[in-house]
Amino acid sequence: MITTDSTGDSSPALQLDGVRKTYEVGGEEVIALDHASLTLDRGEIVTLLGPSGSGKTTLCSIAGGLLSATEGKVVVGGEDISTYGSKQLSRFRQETVGFVFQAVNLVPFLTARENLLVVDEMGRRTGRAARDRADQLLEELGLADRAKNLPGQLSGGQRQRVAIGRALMNEPDLVLFDEPTSALDTEIGAQVMVLIQSEMNRRGTAAIIVTHDERITHYADRTVHITDGLLEA
Amino acid sequence: MNIAVTELRRRPSRFVTTTVILTLLATLLMLLGGLLDGLIAGSTGAINAQRADVFVYGATAERSIPRSRIAPENRTTIEGVDGVEEVGGIGVVQLGARVPGNAARDLAPVALFGYQLSPEGVPAPPEAGTAYADRTLEANGVAVGETLQVGPARTQVKVVGWVDGLAYAGQGTLWASTDTWRTATAANRPDAVVGAEDFQALLVRAGSGVDATELARRIDRSTDGATDSLALAAAVEAIPGVTEQRSTFNQIIGVTIVIAVVVVALFFALLTVERTALYGVLKAIGATSGRLFRGVLLQAVVVTAIAATVGAVIAVGLDLLIPPGSIPFTLEPARVVSSVAFLLVAAVIGCAFSLRRVLRIDPASAIGSST
Repeated sequence: MITTDSTGDSSPALQLDGVRKTYEVGGEEVIALDHASLTLDRGEIVTLLGPSGSGKTTLCSIAGGLLSATEGKVVVGGEDISTYGSKQLSRFRQETVGFVFQAVNLVPFLTARENLLVVDEMGRRTGRAARDRADQLLEELGLADRAKNLPGQLSGGQRQRVAIGRALMNEPDLVLFDEPTSALDTEIGAQVMVLIQSEMNRRGTAAIIVTHDERITHYADRTVHITDGLLEA
Repeated sequence: MNIAVTELRRRPSRFVTTTVILTLLATLLMLLGGLLDGLIAGSTGAINAQRADVFVYGATAERSIPRSRIAPENRTTIEGVDGVEEVGGIGVVQLGARVPGNAARDLAPVALFGYQLSPEGVPAPPEAGTAYADRTLEANGVAVGETLQVGPARTQVKVVGWVDGLAYAGQGTLWASTDTWRTATAANRPDAVVGAEDFQALLVRAGSGVDATELARRIDRSTDGATDSLALAAAVEAIPGVTEQRSTFNQIIGVTIVIAVVVVALFFALLTVERTALYGVLKAIGATSGRLFRGVLLQAVVVTAIAATVGAVIAVGLDLLIPPGSIPFTLEPARVVSSVAFLLVAAVIGCAFSLRRVLRIDPASAIGSST
């Protein structure tokens, strides 16, 4: 599936080419990711399935600019981030990717709306435009009446929806979901997955959903397995 | 919206303990400063207020006014020194004064000055047998219009007005003509009588543009070493006990500031540890370490500013409540400002200890293990 973004750019949302990530533990080299190559078209949803310690989080972290690859090429939304330093990666994360974390991790003393606006405060500070976008996202996510609620006043599903809204605030090329349903019961988890699927499709935003739950793979366009740092299509 | 400020507004209880501790430290800092200034003013006010540039002691007086003697021929020599514009004699005798209405044994310690050149805020010498009183004597029951009986000879000195900030050696002062001072000395301290033309010390006003320290050297050279002259600021510092008091209090003030640094450092280090996961998430969505640290710094400065303001209000309140002359406590605006500034610097330094922790937080930690 090849789509273009609003600027007409037809480059893939993500292109990993021979990406390798190693760590040195006790003087020995540990391979977390072994020459991984993966391409996501714009608007494509991929589930990354693998057991604990298989390297799926590492792959996700590299794709999202949280970690630098030991070798290989990482291109996100047409931007090659392979050689970026920490400041460039911070700017890249502000502008190009969105994250939804396993533990939700909303700022506990900020309202739902303010949790979305955090992205703007940490980034370009567009002010009015950001406030309008936050209101629009909350409306689309069915949280307009919860905008002034603190995370503690929201249900698990509502919190996850706020986290999705936060990930979409910067109009990213790629959203990375880290076990987005692991803290939710089956029914709420399914609702969240439907929401993720519809929001990504509607925006034409690519997504990687990291999971070890095979039940959610049918919400994705395709599934990629990872074992011991090796990708298997 | 600013996250750091929003947290302060929505979770004030988290910062209460630190604010209270810093408020106590701010109050302590200003009380110590006020006591230091009060003690120093109580020891030096009479010298500090002199409208002169050089203070001249006798060479063997070890910079003590009561021990000092200046002969008239030396005064004449000094008057002729290049750069000297005006010379005035001064003397003091320290005695107990009986205050009307007080018990017989309830003596007010006074230092009776005889002067020729008026200090700041003191009119020209009054007529014989009268004096202006330093307002600290009000605490001893002294009132304008009353006649004090000074010394064992009960020399009568009538108080004709108040003057402010002129304490000497921790005592209230009386400012009289040189005749009154000589009479009181002769009647009560025959051992300390000064010759009819002698003075204990001289005050010298320098001509325009003359350096006081250089003039002091010229004066001592002109008298062949019979005098020991000091620029006025040096004369104030030379008063016995002043340097020691200042040094002791400044050390206590320094330790208080170090404690403030430790309080801020510990509190914000703990807060940063507690926020590790949150900072990991914020870094993951693009926050820089600098931005997060500025938030910590802003919170530390706001908490400290609130504590310092409350501390200042308490200290000013105490200053207003303490009756003059009862406790040597003087709260100057400069002392309040400098205490607030020291605390804010302490907050910044204390906060800096959290910087390394903020820098070390790995954004990848937000998305699980990095391996």
